Amino acid sequence: MTVPQPPIGAPAGLHRTSRTLLPEELAGQAASLLEAGFRLGLVAAHDDGATLRVVYLFLAGDPDRRVELQVRLPADNPRIASLAPLSFAASRFEREMHDLYGIVPVNHPLPRRMVRHAHWPAGWYPMRSGAGDVPPFRDTGADAYPFIAVEGDGVYEIPVGPVHAGIIEPGHFRFSVVGESVLKLKARLWFTHRGIEKLFEGFAATEAVHLAERISGDTSAAHALAHTLAVEDALGITMPAAAQQLRALLVELERLYNHAADLGALPNDVGFSLANAHALRIREQLLRINLATTGHRLLRGGIRPGAVELLSLPDPAELDRIAADLAEVVELSLANSVIRDRFTGTAVLTRTQAYDLGCLGYVARASGLATDARTDHPATPLAVTPATATDGDVLARFTIRRDEFASSVRLVKQLIAAAGPLSYRAEPAERSAAEPTSAAVRSGVGIVEGWRGTIVHRVEVAPDGLLTRAKVVDPSWFNWPAVPLSMADTIVPDFPVTNKSFNLSYAGNDL
Amino acid sequence: MSALSIVAAVLQVVVVLVGAPFVVGGMRQVRARLEGRAGGGVGQPWRDLRKQLRKQQVTPRGTTLVFAVAPAIAAGTTLLIAAILPIFALGSPLDSVADLFGVVGLLFLGTVALTLAGLDTGTAFGGMGSSREITIAALVEPTILLAVFALSIPGQSANLSAIVSATLDNPGQVFSLGSVLAFVALVIVIIAETGRLPVDNPSTHLELTMIHEAMVLEYAGPKLALVEWASGMRLTVLLALLANLFLPWGIAGADPSLLAVLIGVVAIAVKVSVLAGLLAAGEVFIAKLRYFRVPELLSGSFLLALLAVTASYFLATPTR
Repeated sequence: MTVPQPPIGAPAGLHRTSRTLLPEELAGQAASLLEAGFRLGLVAAHDDGATLRVVYLFLAGDPDRRVELQVRLPADNPRIASLAPLSFAASRFEREMHDLYGIVPVNHPLPRRMVRHAHWPAGWYPMRSGAGDVPPFRDTGADAYPFIAVEGDGVYEIPVGPVHAGIIEPGHFRFSVVGESVLKLKARLWFTHRGIEKLFEGFAATEAVHLAERISGDTSAAHALAHTLAVEDALGITMPAAAQQLRALLVELERLYNHAADLGALPNDVGFSLANAHALRIREQLLRINLATTGHRLLRGGIRPGAVELLSLPDPAELDRIAADLAEVVELSLANSVIRDRFTGTAVLTRTQAYDLGCLGYVARASGLATDARTDHPATPLAVTPATATDGDVLARFTIRRDEFASSVRLVKQLIAAAGPLSYRAEPAERSAAEPTSAAVRSGVGIVEGWRGTIVHRVEVAPDGLLTRAKVVDPSWFNWPAVPLSMADTIVPDFPVTNKSFNLSYAGNDL
Repeated sequence: MSALSIVAAVLQVVVVLVGAPFVVGGMRQVRARLEGRAGGGVGQPWRDLRKQLRKQQVTPRGTTLVFAVAPAIAAGTTLLIAAILPIFALGSPLDSVADLFGVVGLLFLGTVALTLAGLDTGTAFGGMGSSREITIAALVEPTILLAVFALSIPGQSANLSAIVSATLDNPGQVFSLGSVLAFVALVIVIIAETGRLPVDNPSTHLELTMIHEAMVLEYAGPKLALVEWASGMRLTVLLALLANLFLPWGIAGADPSLLAVLIGVVAIAVKVSVLAGLLAAGEVFIAKLRYFRVPELLSGSFLLALLAVTASYFLATPTR
C-alpha cells in the first residue's frame, strides 16, 4: 500500500487542492500524480483575457482526493507541451482545447482536428471570449478531412451515418472491411456539437441547471447533480446528508430505467424482439415512477443548486415487482443459446485496454476495472454493492447491467426507507475570512456516478455570482475510443450489438 | 386439359398476388401478439404497398437497366412459379414445364437479378448485401434441388404434379425416412431463402446486419413495393410448395370440377396460414444466428437433403 501523496497546493474546495505551475513543470507533476494512482478526470481551458489558463484535474478515490494543476499561457501564442506520452485521455483533451481555444499541444502524436469539422472556418476558436458570432461555414466537400484508407486485396469501405436508419444520435462510422471482418473502424463524432459549455457562461450560478439537464437527455438527473455539486462547491453551500440521499435516489432511478432499456435492446439487436417488448414495458413503468417522483419522466426539476425537491417516493413493493419482472426477461434471454453465442466473446475490451483509455462506468467494470464514483467520490456515503465482470465482451456488459439493476433497486429501497422530508433548501453560506475574498473567481467540482459512469463538472463563478466557465466531462468522452478498439477481430454484422453494449452518448461527448 | 384447369392456373396467380401481403401481415401479427404488442393488423403490408405505389419513382444516380428491371424480374419469376406449381390443382396448362429443376432455376433467377441490382447501385451496402445473399443462395439452391429430388424418386419423375400425385396415391411415403429428412432440409432452406430468423431478420432497421434488406436498400416508391411484393409472394409460393409436397390432400385433380378447385383454394389457404403461423410463432423464441454460423446451418440442411436422396434410393419402393 503506497502512502497517499501529500496534497500539493492550496485548498480550493471539497477534498480539492490547487496549484499553479509554470508550463515546463506540468509534465513532471502530472507524471507523479498518475504514478500515485490518480486519473486525469478533466482538462478545462479558460480565457482570462491576456492569458489563457488550463486546469488539469486529477482524481483519486479512497480517500477522495482531487488535485488541480493550473498553467497560464499567453493568449497570443498559447503553446503547451503535450501530455499524450503520459495519458491517452490527455491527448484527446488537448485536441479539444486546440479546436475550441487554439491552444497548440507541442509534440502531440496526432494533432488533427476533432471537435471542429472541416467546414468550420480556420483560426476561429468558438470558446475564446472574443469569438463573437458564428462566421459562415464553408462547403469543403468530403476531401477536407480524409479518412485513412486501408488498402489491399478485397478491402472495401462501408460508410455509415451520420444519419442512421433508426432513431439514434448522429455519428459517422467508417469500416474498412475485408469479407465480413473489420480491419479498422473509425468513429467520427461531433456532429451534434451545440456549444453547450459556452451557453452556461453568463447565467447566474444557481440558475443554469436546466442546461445541465439537457447535456444528454437520458442522463438528465446525473448531469444536473454533477453541475449542482460543482456550483455548491464553488459557492460554499452545504446540503444535509439526507438531501444528498434524496438526490442519489434520483440518480439511481435514472440508472434503473436506462439499464432496463438496454437489457431489452441488446437481445433485440440479435433479433430477439420478445425481450425488447417486455423491457420497454418495464421501462415505461419506471418512467411513470419518475413522473410521480419528480413531475418529469426524465427526472428533471428535482435537483437544483441549494435544493432538492421530490413530489413523492416510489413504492418499494412496486420496485421489487419490476426487478423480478426484469430479472425474468434477462434470464429468458440468457437461456437462449443463440443469444449466448452472439454475446459471448464478441467485441472484447481487455482490462489493459480499458485502463489505458481511462474507461469508466459499466464499460470499465465489465472489463474488470473497479471504478465507481459512488464509492470513490461520494457526496454522501451509500451502501453500493459493486457489480463486476472480467471478460470485457458483450455478455459481460450485458450481465453487469443486470447486476447493477438489482443492486440499484436494493439501494433505492434503502434510500426510500431512510428518507425523511421530501424537500430541502439551503441558502449560500457566508464566506469566512479564511477563504478567498469574494473578489476572486471561485471554482467548484462536482463528481457523480451517472448510469454510464463517472460524470465530472467544473465551474467557475465570478464575484457577481455569474458563471464564467462550465466544463463538462461525460463518461462517453472516455469510453468512445474503446468502441473501435473492441471491434478488432469482430465481424461487421456484430457491430450494432457491440455499439449497443457500450451505448455511449453522442450528445454528452460532442457537447 | 379442361378449361377449368386454365381457370385454376390463372386463379393461382391472382390468389398468390392478392394473398401474399396478407401472409406477411399475418406472420407479423402473430409475432406481435405473442410478444405482447398490438401489431399493425393483417392488412398492414397491403397499406404499405398502396403507400409505396403512390409515391414518385426515385432512381439513384449512376444506376443502369439492371437496377431498373430487377424488381420486375424478381416479381415475374415468382409469378411464373405461382402459375406452374400445383397449388390448387394438378395438371396446369404449363404442366410440361412444372419441373423441379425449372422451378429452382426460376427462384435463383429472381435472386440473381436482385443481387446484380444491389451491385449496380455501387454503394457499400448494396455490395455487402449482395455478397451475403449470394453466399446464402449458393448453399440454399442445391439443397432445394436435392430435397425435391429425393421426393421425386418414389414418383420417378421430376415433374412436380407427378410427385404430388404419387404422394396422393401412396400416402404412407410421407412418413418415409427420405421424406422426413427432405422435409426438414426444405424447411431450413425456405427460412433462409425468404430471409427469416434465424438467418436474416425481416424487421431489422440495422443496416449492418441486414442481408436481403441491405441489397434492396436503394429502392424506393413503386419499385420498392414491387420488391417487397415479390418477396412476400416468394414466401407464399414456397410455403405452398412445402405444403403440397408433404400434405397434398385437398388439391384438385388433373381434370377438376369447379367445386374441387374451390376446395383446393380453401385447402391451400388453410395450409399456408398454418405453416406461416407456425413459422412466425417459432421466430418469437429464436434469435438471429451469427452470420458466420449461417453456412453451418445450411450445410447441415444440405447434408440432410443428401441423406434424403440416399434414403429414398435404398429404402423407397417405386410405385410405378
